[in-house]
Amino acid sequence: MDKKRRDFLKVAGATTLAGLGGPAIVERLVSGSSPVQAKAAHGERLAGHGADTHAGAAGHGEETVKSGNRFGMIVDLRKFKQYPELIEKVVHACHAEHNVPHFPTRKDEIKWIWPTEYEKAFTEHSQYYKDKPTISNEVLVLCNHCDEPPCVKACPTRATFKNKDGIVAMDYHRCIGCRFCMAACPYGARSFNWLDPRVGLDMNHINRYFPTRMRGVVEKCNFCAERIGLGKKPKCVEVCGETRAMIFGNLNDPNSEIRKALKENYTIQRKPSAGTHPSVFYIV
Amino acid sequence: MFEKALKGNNYYWIWLAFLGTFMGIAAFCYVRQFNYGLGLTGMSRDVSWGLYISQFTFLVGVAAGGVMLVLPYYIHNYKAFGKITILGEFLAISALLMCLSFIVVDLGQPMRMLNVIFHAQPRSMLFYDMIVLNGYLFLNILCGWVILTAERKQVPPPKWIYFFVYLSIPFAVSIHTVTAMLYCGLPGRHFWLSAIVAPRFLASAFAAGPALIVVVALILKRVADFDAGKQALDKVATIVLYAALVNVFFVGLEFFVGFYSNIPGHKHTLQYLFFGLEHHGHMYNNLVPFMWGFVVLFVVGVALLSIPYTRKQNDFWLGAGCAAIFISFWLDKGIGFVLGGFVPSPLDEITEYYPTANEIFIALGIWAMGFFVLTILYKIAIGVEHEIEA
Repeated sequence: MDKKRRDFLKVAGATTLAGLGGPAIVERLVSGSSPVQAKAAHGERLAGHGADTHAGAAGHGEETVKSGNRFGMIVDLRKFKQYPELIEKVVHACHAEHNVPHFPTRKDEIKWIWPTEYEKAFTEHSQYYKDKPTISNEVLVLCNHCDEPPCVKACPTRATFKNKDGIVAMDYHRCIGCRFCMAACPYGARSFNWLDPRVGLDMNHINRYFPTRMRGVVEKCNFCAERIGLGKKPKCVEVCGETRAMIFGNLNDPNSEIRKALKENYTIQRKPSAGTHPSVFYIV
Repeated sequence: MFEKALKGNNYYWIWLAFLGTFMGIAAFCYVRQFNYGLGLTGMSRDVSWGLYISQFTFLVGVAAGGVMLVLPYYIHNYKAFGKITILGEFLAISALLMCLSFIVVDLGQPMRMLNVIFHAQPRSMLFYDMIVLNGYLFLNILCGWVILTAERKQVPPPKWIYFFVYLSIPFAVSIHTVTAMLYCGLPGRHFWLSAIVAPRFLASAFAAGPALIVVVALILKRVADFDAGKQALDKVATIVLYAALVNVFFVGLEFFVGFYSNIPGHKHTLQYLFFGLEHHGHMYNNLVPFMWGFVVLFVVGVALLSIPYTRKQNDFWLGAGCAAIFISFWLDKGIGFVLGGFVPSPLDEITEYYPTANEIFIALGIWAMGFFVLTILYKIAIGVEHEIEA
């Protein structure tokens, strides 16, 4: 009897220890680096950022590194200037890939990624005496897959949620269409299906590997979670190809392509003062 | 007690039929919207909440306003409110029914609305709003009905009901606080991102709710032989006056912060609402008349409620003053606050919102439904009152 009890305690103790310590070990393995290292590299990058954004953002914008993957993206506006036709190609490829409907009326519009003017994308930056390229350049904007997404907090049904890899995703079957997330998003990244989306699609030419949505739900860019799961890059990044106008990767891996690009270039984020910690960076 | 609602003169039935017509039209319009989608409204990607949510926001205030009668009567034992407290409780019931209807018609997928319970997200302010709105509705139905039943039997109300009466007071405050938190917790919407939104909502609620009660009490005096008492109405008018002044004081503070700090984000919506905003050579100002209507009616209402002659000597002017305050704050909160907050959009664009006829008729129908329920509830309450007197 006593022996059995001893065995039980042994097993129970080991299980408890594993339960307590296990996640930390796993996280370390997944992130591919010790958290201390990751933090140091990150801090350096942020120091570079502080100068441009206003004081509030520099003070509050410091991100603490969470272990695990965090996917991010760089949009290199210099490259898009070099290859101006690329913007339309990217938008078209994304919208075709995800069966995003096209409605001619602006009020019913649905978009996942689209070009806008510099001053509309970066509303917090000074717009006086802009140089010519800044005026004429268009900026691709999309969901920022924030580390602190306000839309996820706002959603009353968890229909929009943040994955462990940092992607802010949506469950179209759970969304009740209250549009609280649209009010909460500081980037205007979300669209609502005011009409039956299939009316705005050519049903003979849809992507059969991605679902169409239904009327009355919200949708937005999903960082191609369905492609990343298959080991592919997001469609927009794939379309940019060798131009490297868009770079995608794991922000928590100091050896990733995106981290190297962030180290080498001066990048900015949209509305850093909102405290959302966007995962999309821009090289102007 | 319900049988009292089934007996009435011709005016009573004509009034109900009038409201019923609007409810019928709204039902038809809602079926259209349900089958076609919210594309039938004027809402857009940039202005993603419209008339429905703005009416909801205002009516939460009307519901909360009833507490201004409940609190003096039950906490301070202010006897003069004995007859009209029930009006406050029943007004809360009908206002909350309107609120909940406005939420439902605004949903893109109303059939899934129970997901708010099945997949509850306690970090979402809508989750708490659902709890406090339904809780407050339940409390008012319970308290109103139990107390009215006791009154009819001419016995004191059971002791246990006082627990719920007292509970309803913090609930009244909470419904409007949580509703304010739907807005003031959102980053990137400068106009809403203000700590004074909740106090401002409460102040305007404590003016608009009681103001409506005064107007209705004056009408009931004429048509239903129900006298709330001069002293009671005078006291309610005082509450309306002070709450109205506090509300506009808060609006003034928003102006100070925006224009003195000169921070563009804080100024833009106020400029858009009151003066119009110029953007890329185009002047956007479709809400300006509403906001100046708010200011003018506020001044008129405050004047009528503060000048002794209009306030005390004449029922008509007292009613007009309260009606002016009610409409004024409807323009402020039921139109300006919600719609203005979407301008400019996060991408610095301006989209103006114009509700469609279908949308307006649905909104009208929900208001009619609220007044339909209110009429029936008041008919029952006054019927009981007359029965005791007889």
